[in-house]
Amino acid sequence: MKGFILSSTLCIGAMLAPIASFAQAIAIGDPESGAEVYRRECASCHQIGEGAAHRIGPQLNHIFDRGAASHDDFRYSDALARQGRDGLVWDLARLHAYIENPRALVSGTRMSYRGLGDEDRRADLIAYLRVFSDQPQNIPEAAPTAIRPEVELSPEILAIVGDVEYGEYLSQECTTCHQRSGANEGIPGIVGWPEDDFVVAMHAYKEKLRPHEVMRSVASRLGDEEIAALAAYFAALDE
Amino acid sequence: MKLQRRTFLASVSAASAIMAAPAVMGQARPRVVVIGGGSGGGTVARYIAKDSDGAVDVTLIEPTKRYYTCYFSNLYLGGFWDYDALGHGYEGIAAAGVNVVHDWAIGVDRDAKTVTLASGSSIPYDRLVVAPGIDFVADAVPGWDVTKQSLMPHAYKSGTQVQLLKNQIENMREGGTFCMVAPPNPYRCPPGPGERVSMIAHMLSQSNPTAKILIVDPKENFSKQALFEEGWSKHYAGMVSRIGPDFGGANVEVRPDSMEVVIDGNVEKVDVCNVIPAQKAGKIAELAGLTNDAGWAPVTPSDMRSTMDENIFVLGDAAQQGAMPKSGFSANSQAKVVANVVRGELTGSRIFPARYSNTCWSLIATNDGVKVGASYEPGAEQIESVSSFISATGETAELRQQTYEESIGWYNGIVADIFG
Repeated sequence: MKGFILSSTLCIGAMLAPIASFAQAIAIGDPESGAEVYRRECASCHQIGEGAAHRIGPQLNHIFDRGAASHDDFRYSDALARQGRDGLVWDLARLHAYIENPRALVSGTRMSYRGLGDEDRRADLIAYLRVFSDQPQNIPEAAPTAIRPEVELSPEILAIVGDVEYGEYLSQECTTCHQRSGANEGIPGIVGWPEDDFVVAMHAYKEKLRPHEVMRSVASRLGDEEIAALAAYFAALDE
Repeated sequence: MKLQRRTFLASVSAASAIMAAPAVMGQARPRVVVIGGGSGGGTVARYIAKDSDGAVDVTLIEPTKRYYTCYFSNLYLGGFWDYDALGHGYEGIAAAGVNVVHDWAIGVDRDAKTVTLASGSSIPYDRLVVAPGIDFVADAVPGWDVTKQSLMPHAYKSGTQVQLLKNQIENMREGGTFCMVAPPNPYRCPPGPGERVSMIAHMLSQSNPTAKILIVDPKENFSKQALFEEGWSKHYAGMVSRIGPDFGGANVEVRPDSMEVVIDGNVEKVDVCNVIPAQKAGKIAELAGLTNDAGWAPVTPSDMRSTMDENIFVLGDAAQQGAMPKSGFSANSQAKVVANVVRGELTGSRIFPARYSNTCWSLIATNDGVKVGASYEPGAEQIESVSSFISATGETAELRQQTYEESIGWYNGIVADIFG
């Protein structure tokens, strides 16, 4: 297996990318398998490699450690632009989270992609993307191999039935800023959100995967039951 | 069968008619009286009425018919917010089932459990919520008292005082000096004076760019100091200077009739002077015997209940609760805890553990917003901060603009939450 990765590495490396970023890519996953995943999952909307241009989605060269929504010549969703200003950076952990479930990380993203649940295939894909981020000076040594703090929610957490009455009480903390009417200016609307998305999003704040200090502070003291209660309450609230 | 059904319907509608007319039920429904219709009182009244669905008789006593928020009144000074947009009526609170009485509460008989109004009537309660905001400590700044507030406005309770201050600054002579006498801790809205200086500097930099701003401050440090000082040197270079306690900022006297400020014995002639005196709980808290020697009303951290009386809760600026700043956001947060507890005690609804939070946004210049905030939980002795955050110096213009836009979203959110 190791031999296989090494040989494929040499092959792609010669064609596409400097060796330095390549070695780091291997630590993430298998870039050759990732190339196949890319063709199947991403290539219809995104370009990558020499001469890549924005298409339906932005081109993906140098995506690693780039601020989210930072191409001036691409029109992003308001939600992604907002998170970019808040400081969302495409490091390994965020790329994993975004590709796994785009809307869990960025609720209003325009990327209409269902997500890639298979962790190994995702790792391979990201290893492939990494090959085109050949700016090792911008990437801390440890980053590619660091343990990623991804939100991994067990089925048990997603299966918790929220206590709506408790959720209503807890929601009062939210409605100081987020209006029950669902208004969406300056402060995003959160009414009528699908429960699972809400749960994943709150855990992403709790794990400090999503940027935004107020939300991280709010989420930091919410337990699994409380997040489920809030999700159940807001999902049931009519706009 | 038909007859039975009709009888049933009739009794239902009779019951709902009674529910809608509080006066008819009298003793049968538990009674909550709320003194003060601001961020704390307005929220608690509306939430108890709304969530108890008519099971609790809620009366809100508030002298003014239109409430002007202190928060964003600095933005009005800076020209970023309309005065009218600071004002909110009580229609939404009344629509939730609250009996809104526009009168002054002038006394509380804690044995009889009644509140006396200036009009002479008295209102009985089972639970009383006291949310009167602040009053000023007499003689806190020698030479100043409320009779001088038209010469040297405090402008610290929003409303016409803020209009007056804005008018005075707009009419200040070219190159004149605006002086702010800042308050000692604790006081309402910790970043308020710094934001006010920023907004006045913004106004002056456009209309009177050679004018000066002098802050006389008894405190060593002030809220968001690094952020404000960074902003002042970036946007208003050379305009703002501050005299802290090292140079006599705690030893100040004012002479409103001659527009002089005496700082550590040195007489400064100023053109406009904003005196923000030391503060204490609103007077009714003191009259009700709920305050301590420090002038604030101590409360139990788990539910904001007065330590002086188990049937009384104190909310917002008037309460001495621990780590939460005196802010509209804090009062609104505390009100939800109290609403949950009061409703639970009176109707048997579920009581959940207290959770408190606060965020204070401030505007430094056009599209240059910053924020500070924290989450709080009840400790054994007082409310304690469990996590906190603050904007950083050197943030991008895009993030600062987003923070400002977020503050507008918050303003619209909180007033909808309070006033319905």
